Amino acid sequence: MNIMLLTLSEQAILLLAGLVLFTSFSLLAQPRIVAAIRTFAWQGLLLSIVTVMVAIDTGLHHLYISALLTLLMKAIFIPWLLHRLVHKMEFQREQDILHHPVLVLLAGGILVIFCYSIALPIKQLSNSVTQPIIALSMSMVMLGMLMLITRHKAVSQVIGFMAMENGLFFAGVSATHGMPMIVELGIAFDVFVAAIIFGVFFFHIKDSFDSLDVDHLSSLSESDS
Amino acid sequence: MIAVYFLVGIPLFGAILLGVIGHKQAGSRINLLLSFLTMLASLYLVFIISEQHTLGGDDSEFYIDSLNVYLLALTAVVGFTTAFFSSPYMLHEAKVRNLSDTRMRLYHSSYQGFIFTMLLGLSTNNLGVLWVSLEGATLTTVLLVSLYRTPSSIEAAWKYFILCGVGIAQALFGTVLLYFAAAKVIPNVEDSLLWTQLFAHAGELSPVIITIAFVFLLVGYGTKVGLVPLHNWLPDAHSEGPTPMSAVLSGLLLNVALYALIRIKMITDLALAGEQTVHIQNLAGYLMMGFGLISFTVAVLFLHRQRDIKRLFSYSSIEHMGLMTFAFGLGTPLSTFAGLLHMLVHGLTKSAIFISVGHAAQIAGTQSIEKIRGLIKTQPKVGWGLLIGTAAIAGFPPFGIFTSEFLLLSSTVHTYPWLAIPLLMGLSIAFAGLFKHIQPMCFGEQPEGQQPVNATMWPVFLHLFIVLWLGLAIPEQLSQWFNNVTILITGSGVL
Repeated sequence: MNIMLLTLSEQAILLLAGLVLFTSFSLLAQPRIVAAIRTFAWQGLLLSIVTVMVAIDTGLHHLYISALLTLLMKAIFIPWLLHRLVHKMEFQREQDILHHPVLVLLAGGILVIFCYSIALPIKQLSNSVTQPIIALSMSMVMLGMLMLITRHKAVSQVIGFMAMENGLFFAGVSATHGMPMIVELGIAFDVFVAAIIFGVFFFHIKDSFDSLDVDHLSSLSESDS
Repeated sequence: MIAVYFLVGIPLFGAILLGVIGHKQAGSRINLLLSFLTMLASLYLVFIISEQHTLGGDDSEFYIDSLNVYLLALTAVVGFTTAFFSSPYMLHEAKVRNLSDTRMRLYHSSYQGFIFTMLLGLSTNNLGVLWVSLEGATLTTVLLVSLYRTPSSIEAAWKYFILCGVGIAQALFGTVLLYFAAAKVIPNVEDSLLWTQLFAHAGELSPVIITIAFVFLLVGYGTKVGLVPLHNWLPDAHSEGPTPMSAVLSGLLLNVALYALIRIKMITDLALAGEQTVHIQNLAGYLMMGFGLISFTVAVLFLHRQRDIKRLFSYSSIEHMGLMTFAFGLGTPLSTFAGLLHMLVHGLTKSAIFISVGHAAQIAGTQSIEKIRGLIKTQPKVGWGLLIGTAAIAGFPPFGIFTSEFLLLSSTVHTYPWLAIPLLMGLSIAFAGLFKHIQPMCFGEQPEGQQPVNATMWPVFLHLFIVLWLGLAIPEQLSQWFNNVTILITGSGVL
């Protein structure tokens, strides 16, 4: 792919896409919960900027609505909700210590390469921007999953979950220029409800286990104890 | 079309209404009434479809054909009978566990919301809306799983939420890829996620993208179907939630997820039909056969070591979902017919079993298999209901499950004879596993002071009677529908 052949807005989309991936990596390695929430908000902001760029590039007006929805949900509402909960539970100084940060980051890198190799065959069918973007959003989904697996605190698991959702949204916006409006609204509603239910759950977990450490959630299994 | 609007609209209205009305008694009565109205709407829809075959389609947001009409009816009917069971059951639970009015309001509202998401998922023509409603099904049930607020129920709900959320996110990625492929060939881009449009243009879709999309969709919806190794949430959520919830989760939700997989497999098969090698042409089928067989085998083995009665039957659900996935993966006309029949009879039988199990657990005051004893002596109706239900689910003739399993086995013998061996072995191991646990529970000596409870058993016997009837004679209309779907999926019918 020759960067010089792309239009200016396509180059900007690719650059922003790279930045979004970077925020995914910094989420993966960030042990401090408050900082992780802030990084997540940045990711939401970058996503809504990408959406606006795509809207300008393609001239599709409904993408402006998606951009606004993303800005409100991912960059403002969810980070605000998480912040408030963390403050309410006096959780600000908590850290979610990563046991093998180097290994986790290496695994993240390998996942990205893996996703690019999966997306390789799509190359012949699309213009030059779409293929790296599909690979990139797939990597964001995978990195979100990796974060879910490696973290022990409920709050960081939720951030991982939402980062995954961001990857999906990114794929929808940049590869296919948005989904049909009814689907997009449905997805936004689901994410909204999920965020609220997660909030309710923090209180339940805190009440029952006196901490937000999901390592306590291990009584149900098939092993004989 | 008005029937579909009613069918989807009544439970949606109910979810909102019951969110407002808090009274325990009134809440459960309204719940029952709404479920009854939903059932009437579904029966009206069945009547319409039996006259004119399909409804909606093309560029409409709803599409009803032979494949989803019977699942819609099944969902509405089981939704009604379970609501009937739920009202005295939940009042008893509310008293024993001291549930507040708010908690009961949440329960009733979520129940209707859950029925709404399933009916919407089944009747929609839009694969994106299908995704939204399956995610919605998770969201409406997750707070129900933790309704009792015990530590283990909260753990189960968290696992359910995270695992299903992650799983279903994969399905959304697959849907985006599908849309990406479809937008290139379908003239009106807004219609690109409509199943009827996708099916009509399936041959032109890019095979490369469809292959990747199918894998993502299989993993995503497979999590909801409960396919091994993505099944971990299922036994936990079933065992910790209130029993009416387990009945509808097991009998209905798993079917809806499998229905989504079938719709997607139909598109994938057509899109890959032009490929050179047979392996790639049948990719979707092979993957589903593999996942199905693994789920079946693992679940059968786990049946033996269960100590909780609801966990026991949730593993049995995984076993049967595995069988159905295998049947649709096999893809011969006979196995497809068997799979369709199995979805119906399993849904009916499993919800009947969970209703009996709920009463059994109330009689014994525990869900632990070792402590439930002498059900037939204490309350013959519950004991016999559980015993006959288990006989039906284990595949005893002349129940309907025997018929569908027999059809599947004979189809397997014709295509991949070697696979009939693990299937037969698995079925007999499951049989032994179930009866090892059920026999002492039903026949053993009752502990002292064990009292009968206020039980609603007619739904159980109604379901089992229908299953028995389907095992002896399938009504012509129903077999006609199954045959239509079989022709649509495989190209040739069995009748």
